[in-house]
Amino acid sequence: MSAAISLLWRDLRLAMRQPGDWLTPLGFFLLVVMLFPLAVTADPHKLALMAPGVIWVAALLSMLLSLDGLFRQDLEDGSLEQLLVAPASLPLMVLAKVAAHWLQTGFCLVLLSPVAAVMLSMDMAALPTLMGSLLLGTPVLSLIGAVAAGLTVALRRAGALVPLITLPLMVPVIVFATGSVQAAVIGLPVAGYMALLAAFLVLAVTLIPFAVAAALRIAVGG
Amino acid sequence: MWKAIWDYVQRTVSPRHFYDIGGQWLPWLWAVAGVLLTVGAVWGLAYAPPDYQQGNSYRIIFIHVPAASIAMGGYVLMATCGLISLVWKVKTAEMVARSVAAIGAWFCLIALFTGAVWGKPTWGTYWVWDARLTSMLILLFLYLGVLGLYSAYESAASAGKAAAILALVGVVNLPIIKYSVEWWNTLHQGSTFVATARPTMPPEMYLPLIVMFFGCYAFFGAAVIARTRNEIVQRERRTQWVKDIVRKESAHGI
Repeated sequence: MSAAISLLWRDLRLAMRQPGDWLTPLGFFLLVVMLFPLAVTADPHKLALMAPGVIWVAALLSMLLSLDGLFRQDLEDGSLEQLLVAPASLPLMVLAKVAAHWLQTGFCLVLLSPVAAVMLSMDMAALPTLMGSLLLGTPVLSLIGAVAAGLTVALRRAGALVPLITLPLMVPVIVFATGSVQAAVIGLPVAGYMALLAAFLVLAVTLIPFAVAAALRIAVGG
Repeated sequence: MWKAIWDYVQRTVSPRHFYDIGGQWLPWLWAVAGVLLTVGAVWGLAYAPPDYQQGNSYRIIFIHVPAASIAMGGYVLMATCGLISLVWKVKTAEMVARSVAAIGAWFCLIALFTGAVWGKPTWGTYWVWDARLTSMLILLFLYLGVLGLYSAYESAASAGKAAAILALVGVVNLPIIKYSVEWWNTLHQGSTFVATARPTMPPEMYLPLIVMFFGCYAFFGAAVIARTRNEIVQRERRTQWVKDIVRKESAHGI
């Protein structure tokens, strides 16, 4: 456990020293949000209608952008192999790494989402639901993405493989997260959606670290 | 005792044994598939009565439903083979999984294409974002992800293991995806067959469909076995028994 916590701190300290790595996806998120008014319409009513979906899709894309670096740097400097042979539980270590990744991406997106909501003139009454759905949903995206990042970490020509693998698996999160925000916009109760998102999160936290650990052993150990 | 059974199982599922047994089965399976598909297609297209609402356009059901069923069953079969290969290190299961992935993806594409062709006269559009269509499309992307992973790895052994993990993650996700999409939107007609209920179609319509079902499954089985045998020869090309086979076959050829 203490090993996992020190790994989490190490990853966060590394991120602090290379702010470009985690700031770029956040800038990308706002850029994608900005493109929709320019490409579709600047009419505030239509934008407000699209806002939940646009914000969620932009968040998903920006999370995908940052996934490639999740294990790659550790593989290149050899610390990933040290993790594999360390006497600590590998799934727990994976969970620590994913938590560090989420704090750099998903959590920052939660904090940035009010800005995106204002840009798309979303109804501010739905803002708590939007932030809540991001808070519950983005960790699931980080975990699913970690499976793909683990499977492709040692590949030279992974290319578009990570999005191809992860996007179909992320569909349920997108459906229920955007559903919750749309329900909040028209004043319907959102507790059910939140419960489902929380259920996904619990399922992902308990099962996916084992899949990632197995993936890393195959990808690195051969 | 258990050890003896285990040894026997391992010998039976060895690539070499699979190659021999598959080779014996293959002509019969192709023949069964050919006969059933011909009978089913002629019966369904020429002799089955037209539908009272959809006229003749419903006849595409005879290929659409079997293809969709194989596409869905194929993913589960692929994940099962993946689990077997990961847990018991059965090499043959790994190769079967790879064949099922390639062929299942084609059946998924066939189901989507025939569905689009059927949708035009029935719903007035090739594509709607209906739950079943959408989950089928997601299934196709799940297949493509597995296939992409296979082709990205250079070593066939690691590719098999990696794809097995992905298939397992996908198969756990499959019911969640299905129900989330179903909740999101649905327009598709209900299932044609439910194993526990009497079919709602008259026998003149569902009998040819059942014949087509078995024909398509026989075809799928034959295609998977044939592709797996190719895979075996390619992967085991350095072993003596494959070299012997190649020498024998090429002596026949020349």
